[in-house]
Amino acid sequence: MSSYVPAEQLSQRIGHAWSGRRRWPVVMLAGGAIAAGLVMLPLVFVVVQAHQSGWDHVRSLLLRHETAVLLWNTVRLAVACTLLCAVLGVAAAWLVQRTDVPLRRVWAVLLVLPLGIPDFVVAFGWVSIAPGLHGYLAAVMIMTLSLYPLVYLPVAAAMANLDAGLHDAARSLGLSPWAAFRRVTLRQVRPAVLGGCLLVTLALLAEYGAFEILQYQTFTVQIFTEFKLGFDAAAACALSLVLVVISVAVLAGELALGGSRRTFRSGPGARRMASRVRLGRGRVPSLFALFALASLALGVPVGSLVYWIVHGGSSTLPPASILAALGHTALYSAAAAVLATLLAVPVCALSLRHRNRLTILIERISYLPMALPGLVVALGLVAFTVRYAFSLYQSALELIVAYAILFLPLAVVGVRSAMTQASPRFEELGRSLGQGPMRVFARVTLPLIAPGLAAAFALVFISSATELTATLLLRPTGVDTLATRFWTYTTNFSYGEAAPYAGLMVLLSSVPAFLLGRRMRVVPSGRSEA
Amino acid sequence: MSRLLVEGLWKGYGRQPVLRGVDLDVPAGSLTSVLGLSGCGKTTLLRVVAGFERAERGKVGLGGRTLDDGRTFVAPERRGIGYVPQEGALFPHLSVARNVGFGLSRDERRSGVVDELLEMVGIAALGDRLPHQLSGGEQQRVALARALARKPQALLLDEPFSSLDAALRTRVREEVHTLLRERGVTTVLVTHDQEEALSLADSVAVLRDGRIVQQGSPADLYERPVDERLARFLGAVNVLYASFLGERAQTPLGPLPVSSGAPLGDGAGAVMLRPEQLEVRPQGEGEGVPGRVEECRYYGHDALLQIRAGDEPGELLLARVTGAEALPKGTPVRVRARGAVTPLS
Repeated sequence: MSSYVPAEQLSQRIGHAWSGRRRWPVVMLAGGAIAAGLVMLPLVFVVVQAHQSGWDHVRSLLLRHETAVLLWNTVRLAVACTLLCAVLGVAAAWLVQRTDVPLRRVWAVLLVLPLGIPDFVVAFGWVSIAPGLHGYLAAVMIMTLSLYPLVYLPVAAAMANLDAGLHDAARSLGLSPWAAFRRVTLRQVRPAVLGGCLLVTLALLAEYGAFEILQYQTFTVQIFTEFKLGFDAAAACALSLVLVVISVAVLAGELALGGSRRTFRSGPGARRMASRVRLGRGRVPSLFALFALASLALGVPVGSLVYWIVHGGSSTLPPASILAALGHTALYSAAAAVLATLLAVPVCALSLRHRNRLTILIERISYLPMALPGLVVALGLVAFTVRYAFSLYQSALELIVAYAILFLPLAVVGVRSAMTQASPRFEELGRSLGQGPMRVFARVTLPLIAPGLAAAFALVFISSATELTATLLLRPTGVDTLATRFWTYTTNFSYGEAAPYAGLMVLLSSVPAFLLGRRMRVVPSGRSEA
Repeated sequence: MSRLLVEGLWKGYGRQPVLRGVDLDVPAGSLTSVLGLSGCGKTTLLRVVAGFERAERGKVGLGGRTLDDGRTFVAPERRGIGYVPQEGALFPHLSVARNVGFGLSRDERRSGVVDELLEMVGIAALGDRLPHQLSGGEQQRVALARALARKPQALLLDEPFSSLDAALRTRVREEVHTLLRERGVTTVLVTHDQEEALSLADSVAVLRDGRIVQQGSPADLYERPVDERLARFLGAVNVLYASFLGERAQTPLGPLPVSSGAPLGDGAGAVMLRPEQLEVRPQGEGEGVPGRVEECRYYGHDALLQIRAGDEPGELLLARVTGAEALPKGTPVRVRARGAVTPLS
C-alpha cells in the first residue's frame, strides 16, 4: 500500500472540513436548510406538545386497553391490504405488460385511474349505495381497490423496461415459464413491488376520511377524534408519536428488504423487446378478471358519483359555493405546489451536485414526510402556531405550508429524476464558458430540469387538491375547499349534495394523473407474437 | 498565447489516487497530446486543469498565473480555458447559434461574432438548428466554436474525435488541426489513439498509471521510447537481444549503431527496431542475414511480413514493406537493418 493520503481526508482530519471543497452555493444551502427545517418543525412540536402534558399522562394514555385495540386494528388492516395490493398489482401489471390479453391499451389507462380518486371518495362511493358496508372486511376490500394502483404503476413501468433476453436465457437454461417468471421476472421487479407496498402501507397508516366513513377505528381515526371532538391536543400528539414510530419502522423495513436496491442490466448489447406470453385458453378468464378489477375499483365509485349527481337533488346546490370551494382548492394547491417545488430544487441540487454528509442528511429529511401522516403534520403546525405565531393559526399560509411539507417528497422525487438526467457536464461547460455558478444554474440547469419541475408541480397539486385530513384541521375559519365541503355533506348523509364536490375533485386530479401515467410509458407498446 | 504548466499534480477519488505526480509542459501556442489507455487518468487531468476538480497536491499554472496550488484556486469561469468534451456535450435546449454564443455578452452576440465562428468551423447555415438535428461531426464543430468564442488562452480537447466514424474522423481532425494552427491556441488534446497523437501533436506526453512516463516530439517517442511497454503501445516493434560494445550493438542482424542519447556501458540488453527499419529483399537480390517469409499480411498501401531469420532456431522478425514489395509465404529472403537501434530498459 502506498502512503498516499488524499488531501480531502487530510484536511478533514485536521479539522478544516470544507477547506478543500468547492465554495458553497450559499443560496442553495439556505434553501435546503429551510426545507429541512420546515419538515422537522411539526415533528418537533408534536413531541413538545406531548412532553408538556407530562410523560406520566402520555404513558397512561398509551397503556390503555383501547390503544392495544387500535394497534391491532391498524396492523391487521395494513398487512392484509398491502398483501392484497401486491398480488393484485403484480398480477394486473403482468397481464397488461407481458401477455397477449386483449384490450391492453385500454386496461393500461383504466387500471391507473383509481389513483386519481381520493380514498375517502372511494369509500363514499361504496357506502352511499351499500350502507351496510362497515368494519374490517369492508375496509380491507375498499382500501385494496383504492390503493392497488400504487403497486401496479411502478411494477408495470418496471416490466415494460424488462430485458427479454434474461427471461429467454432462463428458459434456455431449463426453467419452466412459471419458474422463469418467479426467479427472473419477479426478481427484477422486486424493488418496484416493495416500493409500491411501502406507499400502500404508509397511505393506510395516514388515512382518516375513508375509515371514518367505514366506521373502522385505526390510530389515525382515534387521533383525529381525540383532537377534534375531545379537544385533547396532548393525547392526540402522544398517539401521533406511536403512529410516527410505526411509519418509520415500515420505512426501515422496506429499506432492509432491499427495496431501494436497483437492478442493473449486465453487459452492453441492445435491450430487446420481450415477446408476450400467450395465454391460450386463459385469455378469456384473464380478460374477465381485469374487467372485474376495473369495474370494482373505478366503475363503482365513478358510477356512484354519477348516480348521486344525477338523482341526488344536487340541483338545489347554490353554484356560487361550489365555485368558491373550487377556487380555494385550486389556489391553495397551486401555491403549495409552487412552494414544494421551490424547496425541492435546492434539496436535489445539493444532494446531487455537492454531495457530503450534510447535504445527504437534508435530502433524507426531505423524504421524512412520507412517513408523516397529514394529521401529524397538521397537529405539529397547530402546536407551533398556537404557541409562537398565533396570527398564522388557521391561516391560508399555514395550510399551504402544511401541504408543501406533506408532499415535499413527491416534489423531490420529480425534481431529482430530472436533475439526474441533466448531466453535471453541462454545468461544468457553462462554467468553463465564463459563467458563474448561479448564472449557470439559471441558464443551463433550470431549462434542463423544467419537465421535472412540471411533474413535481403536478404531483403536489393533485395530492393537495384531494387532501382531507390536514385540511379539516388547518383550513382558515369560514373557508371551504372542495374536500371540506364534500366532507360536511357526507357526514350529514347528504350524498346528493356531496357528490358534485367529489366529482370536481376527481376531474381536477385525474387529468394530471392520466398525463403522468402516459409519461411513465406504462401504455404497452410493441406487437404480440401472435 | 500562454504556456500551460502542470507540476507534481496529485488527484484521487476516495482512497484511490488517479494522478500521482503529473508533470506536463505545454509550450505557448503548441498542440500537446496526452496519450494513454482508457482509465489512466487523462480525463481527470483535463478536469483539474479546467478547474472542475481541485488538485490535492501540485500546481497548475497558465501564462505565469497560478490557477491551483492548494492555496489559490481560480474558479473555472475565471481561467480562460476552453473545454471541448467527448461527444461535444452541446446544451440540448439551445440552438446552435445560442450554444456558440453562450459565453458571450449580449453585445458580443449581436456583433456578428457567432456567425463568424460558425463560418470558421464550416457550418454557417446551421445556426438555427437544435443539437439533436446535427450529425456527430457537426456537433464537434459547434462544440469547438463554442469553446473558441471567448478567445481562451488555452484549449482542452477530451477525445474529441473518438465518437466519429473513421472517414469523418480523419477529415474533422485535419480541419481542427489547421484551425488551431492558424489561431495559435495553446492546446491539450487527450486521446487513446496513438496515430492521432503522433500525427497531430507538436509534443506527445504519455500518461500511464497516473504519471507522465515520457514527453517529447512524436518522432522522439516513436523512435526512442523509454521502455518496451511504451514502445509496443506506440506501434509494432522487434525486440532483439544484443551485447553492447562502445557505440555499437551486436545483434542477430549483425553489428548496428545505437541511437544517441542513452549512455551505454559494455554489457548485454534488449534493443528495439521498428518494422519499417528492416529491409527485406528476395534472396540473391540483397544483402544481410538469410531468412524465410513465414506470414504475409497485405494491407494495400503496405504489407507486414513475418520472417524467421538468422541461425537455427532463428529470430522471428516483423518487417513493414510497401505493398508492391510484398513477398509470398515461403520466399527465401535476406534481411538487413537500417538506421540505429534503441536500447530498452
